[in-house]
Amino acid sequence: MNNLFVYLEIEEGLAAEVSLELLTKGRSLADRLGVKLEAIAAAGGFGDIEKQVMPYGVDVLHVFDDPRLYPYTTLPHASILVNLFKKEKPQICLMGATIIGRDLGPRVSSSLGSGLTADCTELEIGNHEDRKAGESYENLLYQIRPAFGGNIVAWIINPDHRPQMATVREGVMKKEIRDANYKGEVIRHEVKDFVSDEDFVVSVIERQIEKSKVNIKGAPIIVSGGYGVGSKENFQLLYDLAAVIGAEVGASRAAVDAGFAEHERQIGQTGVTVRPKIYIACGISGQIQHIAGMQESSLVISINNDPNAPINTIADYVITGDVEKVIPKMIKYYKKNMK
Amino acid sequence: MTLNIIVLAKQVPDTRNVGKDAMKADGTVNRAALPAIFNPEDLNALEQALGIKERFPGSKITLLTMGPGRAADILREGLFRGADDGVLLTDRAFAGADTLATSYALSMAVRKMKDFDLIISGRQAIDGDTAQVGPQVAEKLGIPQITYTENIEHIEEGKIRVKRRLENGVEIVESPLPAVITVNGSARTCRPRNAKLLQKYKHAKTVTERQSEDMDYIEIYDRRPYLDLTEWSVADVGADVAQCGLSGSPTKVKKIENVVFQAKESKRLSDSDVEIDELMRELIENHTIG
Repeated sequence: MNNLFVYLEIEEGLAAEVSLELLTKGRSLADRLGVKLEAIAAAGGFGDIEKQVMPYGVDVLHVFDDPRLYPYTTLPHASILVNLFKKEKPQICLMGATIIGRDLGPRVSSSLGSGLTADCTELEIGNHEDRKAGESYENLLYQIRPAFGGNIVAWIINPDHRPQMATVREGVMKKEIRDANYKGEVIRHEVKDFVSDEDFVVSVIERQIEKSKVNIKGAPIIVSGGYGVGSKENFQLLYDLAAVIGAEVGASRAAVDAGFAEHERQIGQTGVTVRPKIYIACGISGQIQHIAGMQESSLVISINNDPNAPINTIADYVITGDVEKVIPKMIKYYKKNMK
Repeated sequence: MTLNIIVLAKQVPDTRNVGKDAMKADGTVNRAALPAIFNPEDLNALEQALGIKERFPGSKITLLTMGPGRAADILREGLFRGADDGVLLTDRAFAGADTLATSYALSMAVRKMKDFDLIISGRQAIDGDTAQVGPQVAEKLGIPQITYTENIEHIEEGKIRVKRRLENGVEIVESPLPAVITVNGSARTCRPRNAKLLQKYKHAKTVTERQSEDMDYIEIYDRRPYLDLTEWSVADVGADVAQCGLSGSPTKVKKIENVVFQAKESKRLSDSDVEIDELMRELIENHTIG
């Protein structure tokens, strides 16, 4: 009872990266609270899910195996969580701030009347004093998230309602194996005890999922472009540089909104969080929401014709000049000297 | 076939274009410097509704928003763009609502409207980016939800088929009606349809707006009922005050921090050949690249 639960997202039998990251975070929060880490796997026919997740320190794995649970639809998964939580009364529930997590989380929170905080960038345990009501609370989950378009950071708590629910984007937390031989308990539940036939009224008729061609999260070097790049054509320069030096191309939200780059390349609070060895920011002014998604890069090079662009304050090298002029020079030098 | 469609919309500060004057010297947000706009993805939602109305003439679109009195602006904008009616849910008791209290209030207003086939809203609002209100309204009403919709592909009696945009692909999903559909920014943008609507609805006002303004032609509202924007309070929708606003919100804000990044000492370079070459030489030499 009162343990910490992580909802595992499962695609083709594999637990998603974000779920493993959350197990890692969940394990450390559970240690801090002195409670168990429990995980929920709901899909159809998965083989070695235990082997995949136990090493992250899962004490109890709840398995719901039914072909109708995959691909994901909202209602049956929501019923599983709601009914399981009514029984288990978790104090915390974490899920990925993915399309599934952001679809499922609010449905579950509404049903349980509990609070949910979306897209947290940090989770901590701490106390809270409500002086007005004269109440004090121990060991609450601080759900820390950007708000107001990323211009401020809000610390959210759910003092009186359980579970305290939060979603976190992929890449924000780090995944780390606790113990390769960690042994937790596996509970295989009867799906029909949790889900009614009416929960299957929504059906997935067709599904086209492509393996992402873009791997920004794992790239050691990222050449990233902002609105200042000026056009989709100019963005080609970034691809050229990336091809030459072995980098991946990223983009700011403004560049994605302007149609210069695809959404999956977006870096920042509403995109991917990255920690590359080198981050080359081209024509990126550096709105807070963007910087939050790349500030842990080891080395930042900013190319911008505005010497006062906010991103320059966190850059190691600031090149004041036009992207169209600077990038070809970089390519030329590299080609000449790396033959 | 005709459908009754409710579009949920929110008036938001335009957080996408936070200029220099939008942040105060102490680092806090200067809300007054940000224009209040129709939440962008709610416009995508309205566009989907207008598309249905074009396919099924005689369908009715009612725009529903919760907010302070000035949020009536987006109801007028919605009418200019082709909605048929607007409802403003406004009451001091709604203030300070988190997503759960908001969806409770909206669901009570929807219940008061009774006959609806479809609720459409934007995926999320740009001031909070939570994407929670749509699914929570669906749960409160006990109807299915389809989030991340890019297009409503097909509607027939009691059934809807939509295309969802997922992280790495698309999905076609079918659901019975009524349902809540939330629409992505990647969906069709909302194009104005008929310039005459702007003239027609220019003076559409809520009762509070009419009372607070010194108007010469107040009697036109008796002759032109379409100019009356519905205004509902907590009591009007029969909501439980304890579940509204701050008191109905399980989440509380413990504190707000300004965002401060660790500034680094930067090396400044010009775009001259010499300086770029020197930087590249340095990066290659210490094996940072290459």
